[in-house]
Amino acid sequence: MRQDTKVARTEATDFAAADGSPATAATGESTVSARDLRHSYGDLPTIEGLDLKVQARQMVGLVGPSGCGKSTLLELICGLQEPAGGTIEIGGAGGAAERLRQTAFMPQRDVLLPWLSAIDNAALALRNHGIGRRRARAEAAVLFERFGLAGFEQALPAQLSGGMRQRVAFLRTLLSGKPVLALDEPFASLDAITRAEMQAWLAEALAEDPHTVILVTHDVEEALYLADRVAVLSARPARVIDEMEAPAPRAPDRDRTVTEPEFVAARERALSALREGAE
Amino acid sequence: MSTGRINRAVADKSAPARRLLPAAVLAALIGAWQIAASTGAIADALGLEPFLVPSPAEIATALWEDRDLLADNTWVTLKEIVLGFLCAVAAGLGFAVAIHLSTTLRRALYPLLVASQTIPIIAIAPILVVWFGFGIGPKLAVIALVSFFPITVNTVDGLRSVDPEALKMMRTLDASRRQLLLRVEGPAALPYLFSGMRIAAVFAPIAALFAEWTGSSSGLGHMILQDNAQLEVARLFAAVVLLIAIALGLFGLLGLVERRVVRWR
Repeated sequence: MRQDTKVARTEATDFAAADGSPATAATGESTVSARDLRHSYGDLPTIEGLDLKVQARQMVGLVGPSGCGKSTLLELICGLQEPAGGTIEIGGAGGAAERLRQTAFMPQRDVLLPWLSAIDNAALALRNHGIGRRRARAEAAVLFERFGLAGFEQALPAQLSGGMRQRVAFLRTLLSGKPVLALDEPFASLDAITRAEMQAWLAEALAEDPHTVILVTHDVEEALYLADRVAVLSARPARVIDEMEAPAPRAPDRDRTVTEPEFVAARERALSALREGAE
Repeated sequence: MSTGRINRAVADKSAPARRLLPAAVLAALIGAWQIAASTGAIADALGLEPFLVPSPAEIATALWEDRDLLADNTWVTLKEIVLGFLCAVAAGLGFAVAIHLSTTLRRALYPLLVASQTIPIIAIAPILVVWFGFGIGPKLAVIALVSFFPITVNTVDGLRSVDPEALKMMRTLDASRRQLLLRVEGPAALPYLFSGMRIAAVFAPIAALFAEWTGSSSGLGHMILQDNAQLEVARLFAAVVLLIAIALGLFGLLGLVERRVVRWR
């Protein structure tokens, strides 16, 4: 994917320039770095001494036992909460408001607004930025076309399949125009087949339109397949106990990728780290 | 919760067969009443003069013979109910949004809101008439006072019903407080608002009756009082039937409007 990414980046820039649309162009330096992060709920420490660095336009997968504070970590990074200690910087800026300005959050459930059509859901950020309904829809429509959602613009969320809903939710995140995307278990609710399909779809979408991405998942295979790097978190209080480069370059075919020896070895390493960290 | 049940019952686009059941029960009850009243069985059992126990047929006759009088008075009461109800919706929405947006207002207003429902309306209605006269004012006040509570409480619940994840998502999509209210919380509260309005629609006619009893020169409530005094029992029941029809009509109308407005359910 790293190799693909370089090609794709120029494509994405061309697209943005040709269309005049700033919506998906990730601009600015968007390295995310967290140092000695601490957080707790009341007396219960949830994160302790966590260090994490995500290079601009890279994807880092965060895996960890359930309830280890992955979602809290995402909220801290997004600027939805302030940590009790340590620092988080995005593109060198530190405050929660600044982080909120730079990140878009895709929650675990798609939380599409049931009263809005798919395209209006996707265009929410544009509308929030004061863009008129007609222009916002036109901008979103371009992405619907590009990402396999053409024809579903007017559908209500209830009429969409799980996979389709996640696509719309991802486009909604993308259309925020933010350089950093925080994805919280985006495919956890999908069945295995749809899930594999969506992973391939996401890889393709991000190759075309690269962003700095933090992907929280409990699925090691998903993390290794999608991300450039994978960080394994310990049980609560969470810290990074192992970090590995994802095997590259990737075969275009997902099923082949995940059976390659290098991939299998990485998966074993991540799983054993997980097991140790859970104890 | 009972409002949830009402919600489902109305949202249910059921087969005519399901509507047939209550209609059959109603028909059976009216039939039994007709027989019992026309044979004088009820009057005998209670030791009453038969004219005090009108049969459904006699009520229907009264409904037809006094149609002009009944129509005039129905119009008066309907106007009071609709206007009072609209006042309650406006006040309820205002209260709900204020309570939702400000913790201070919530603490300040919520107990008063609940306390307002413990006011015995029958006790203060006469004094309202003394204050505001025999016009429509005190009627609107009484109807609105009774109706706005379920509307407010339901709407507050609705505004708070939004998935916290959706709120986080919207914050990272740069939604202002106003945008959050208009794009997310407001629409989410709509079904709750309708539930509240349907409950209010059932109570509003009863409130109108109380209001008219304490001081009025027209309306179904006024008529019922007079018919009671004059032992015009059949016409009294005719007025009651019309009052029920108003409540059911309002309830049904709200269901229709909700189906148009809340399309995603």
